[in-house]
Formats: sequence, structure tokens, C-alpha cells
Amino acid sequence: MAEQHLSGYRRPDGRVGIRNHVVILPVDDLSNAVCEAVARTVPGTLALPHAYGRLQYGADLELTFRTLAGTGANPNVAAVVVIGIEPNWTQRIVEGIAPSGKPVEGFSIERFGDLKTLEKAARVAQLMLQDASELRREPLAREEVVISIKCGESDTTTGLASCPTVAQVVDRHVQAGGTVIFGETSELTGGEHLIAQRCIDEAVRARFQAMYEDYIREIEASGANLLGSQPTQGNIRGGLSTIEEKALGNIAKTGTVPVVDALEPAQAPTRRGLNFMDSSSAAAEFITLMGAAGAVLHLFPTGQGNIVGHPVVPVIKITANPLTAETMAEHIDLDVSGLLRREYGLREAGDHLMALIDRTINGRLTCAEALGHREFVLTKLYRSA
Amino acid sequence: MSQADSQALEERRGASAAPGFLIHNEGDHVAVAVQDVQPGRHLAVYMDSEREVTISVLEAIPLGHKVALCDLNEGQAVIEYGLPIGQARRPIQAGQHVHTHNIRSMRWQNSI
Repeated sequence: MAEQHLSGYRRPDGRVGIRNHVVILPVDDLSNAVCEAVARTVPGTLALPHAYGRLQYGADLELTFRTLAGTGANPNVAAVVVIGIEPNWTQRIVEGIAPSGKPVEGFSIERFGDLKTLEKAARVAQLMLQDASELRREPLAREEVVISIKCGESDTTTGLASCPTVAQVVDRHVQAGGTVIFGETSELTGGEHLIAQRCIDEAVRARFQAMYEDYIREIEASGANLLGSQPTQGNIRGGLSTIEEKALGNIAKTGTVPVVDALEPAQAPTRRGLNFMDSSSAAAEFITLMGAAGAVLHLFPTGQGNIVGHPVVPVIKITANPLTAETMAEHIDLDVSGLLRREYGLREAGDHLMALIDRTINGRLTCAEALGHREFVLTKLYRSA
Repeated sequence: MSQADSQALEERRGASAAPGFLIHNEGDHVAVAVQDVQPGRHLAVYMDSEREVTISVLEAIPLGHKVALCDLNEGQAVIEYGLPIGQARRPIQAGQHVHTHNIRSMRWQNSI
């Protein structure tokens, strides 16, 4: 159903974006400086500095490549300048973005230095920005918008109210034919059987269970005392006592629809519906993986007040904690603390969130966007060579 | 639930006072404070059945923290959301604060 009042950017690959960024993407840490210089020279473009990309190998390198290329291909991005220290890996990222059909061009620094690279890249970035400024929003159906979900700095109000509010949206979005991605592998502990039961067939269930068991084995092998890390100090302050309690609140946001696929980190979903992605629960890492998989909007229930944002994916914060809503108001897009006072029910809270999603799709900046939160953090699987 | 039922429910909600505690499921061992609560008797509401009960609280419970609805033995599984969220480290009395000092994860043995 095409909603007359919703609009976004339809990209050459058919996917739909709700923002129109021109991204200057470093392949590696060494290239951050020139990428940021390009973004200063051509204001309105967006550099995505990050800490990695050198001497990685194997699955860890593949994940970095998949994350960088996926972020460039994200439908919220109109065009991409890729800059790396050397040409081969730079070209790999360019080739990873190219199938999206959007303008993408790569530059490498060796044999040129930062200054010549700056000039060449800035000239291209300028044209990309001018071309992107001519792209017009077109009508879209809400269910074309790929949404990711994750909560953070959770407390018991998350499981009581803000996560169930997101669940309202998940069920409605998926029932309308849309796609939602969730994850946080280790944070399912105590409720992982609930997710396994909802997997659509044996193949998905087996993949989900293998991902879950691998992650837990890795954590347990460390032998470290996790209390204070998972649950976090903020979780504990907010009343969460154990990983199981945190997990059950977390799962409350996934709604009731089946789990149609179990994705590798940063892997784009191919099935409409609720997709699980094997992922860390650290907020910036998580949203970075979701953006790389093609999510264009993130719903973030918070209890104690996680303030995360992402450069490419708008993040909507929802809290039911009245103290957080009051003391951190500039970070909170939707206050549903009325659910705790029984002033309204979940369906009405879901309606409020749907209305805010529509305004955000149409271009209203989220709190995190307005405050300049641009956390872009690559997930590292193991140390570099 | 029919639309008329849910409308009636919304009206009832509007009519009643804001509760001190919410309880996820019938059968749970703990209630969650939805405001800072002092010792004494307080209204609690079950979220699955909408049933309202009055509970006795022995200690101050901060917003978001849990209180025991029944006595729990050392080692006993603590139920919230209708599922175990951990086990009692020591005997817990109905009305006492329930948190990391007296319950622990059953699943992560290295989360202590």
C-alpha cells in the first residue's frame, strides 16, 4: 500500500532511502585524515572515520570489507568517494558498492600523498554533492523502509514498556510486508529458546542455534566475570540483575512474528520479515552492522539513556523511564513513560511511534542526528596480524 | 480482545491511580517498581491479566528495581516474565528488594 504522505529516495538498485548523504569512506585508519579534509573542503559531504582496515585477515577482514561496502551501498547514501592507502583494497570496496548502481569512485594515497589525493577526491565529491542535491524524494510505501531494532542501557522499564512499544511496530511493519532486523546474540541468553521456537524452519533454527552457541562459547572461554559488563553497570543501576532478565526484556521488542532468516554480521537480508543477525550488543557496533546490511532507520528503546547515533542511519530513541525522559530530554525522541502510569495502552504507544517513524522517514531529524551523534564502529572478530 | 473490551480497559486504566509496581505475568516471583517506593502497602498491577493487588514492601525500592512477592529459598529459581531470571543467593523474604546482592544468573556461571 503506497502511503501518499511518505517519501524517500529510490536508488538505482530499487532499494529505498530516507536520507541523501554523499559519503567520503576511508578503507583504513590511515585514510581518515584525507577523508575528513575532503569533507571540510566540500561541506555537506560526510566522512566516516574508523579505526581499522590494516593487517586484518580471514573472516575479520571479510567482515570489515562487507561493513564498508555495505555502508556505501546503504540506500540513505546517494554517492560515495572511497579513499584507501593502497589501490587494491580500495578497489575492492569500490567494487563492493558498485552493484548498488550509485556513483562511486576510489582514490589511493600511495604515490600521491594526502594533498594531491585531497584535490582529486574533492573535485569528484563536489560533483557528487551537486548531483545528489538534484535528486527528488518520491512517494514510498512504509513497508519498503528496512528497520533495525536494538535497545541499550536497558533497565526494567525497557522490558515493561519501551520494548513492547517497539514490538507493536515490528508486528505491524512485518505484517504489512516489511523487513526488520534484530540481533544481540549474547543478550538472548535465558530466552534464546523463545527465538529458536519462532524460527520459520529447521534450517533457520539450526543456523540461529549454531550462531548463538558459538558466541556463548567464546564469552565463556574468556573465564572473565561478566557482571558489570553484561549486564552493564547502567543496567544494574536501573534494576536489571542478571543476563536472563535483560534478555527477556530485550526479546520483548521483537514482537510475535516468525524469524525468517539468521544472517551473518553485516549481511543484507533477502527475505521480507523479521531477520536475526549474529551481532554484538554494543550499540555503535550493532547499528554499524545494521546500516551495512541496508537498514535505513533504527528504533532504539533505552532505559538509563544510551545516546548513540549513526552517521547514515537515523536512530529513534524511545524511553519509558521518567527520570531519563526528564534528565536527558535532548536525547529522547519518544517518551512512553505514561505506560508505567497506566495513562494509555501499548496500542496507543505504538501509534505514537508509528507517527514519529513517518515524520522521520519524511526528513525530520532525530535527536541523535540533530546533536551530531555519528558513531561508526567496525566489529573486530580478532586481533590483526 | 474485542474493540469494546479494549476501550473499556482503556477507560478503567484512566480511572485508576498510577500503580507503585507492575508485574509481568501471573505466577511471577517479583514486581517492578515504576516509581521510587517507600516501605508500606502499594498497588501493583499484573500486565497479562490486568489484575490489581496490594503488596507489602519492607524496604525502599528505587524506580525500576524489584521486590519479592513471595518468600524464596536459597538456590530457588526466581521467576519473572513467567521464566527463570536467576536464582536466589540466600533466602529472600516477601517484600524485600531483589537484586544482584541476593540473586545471580543461572546461565552465566562467570557472571557473579
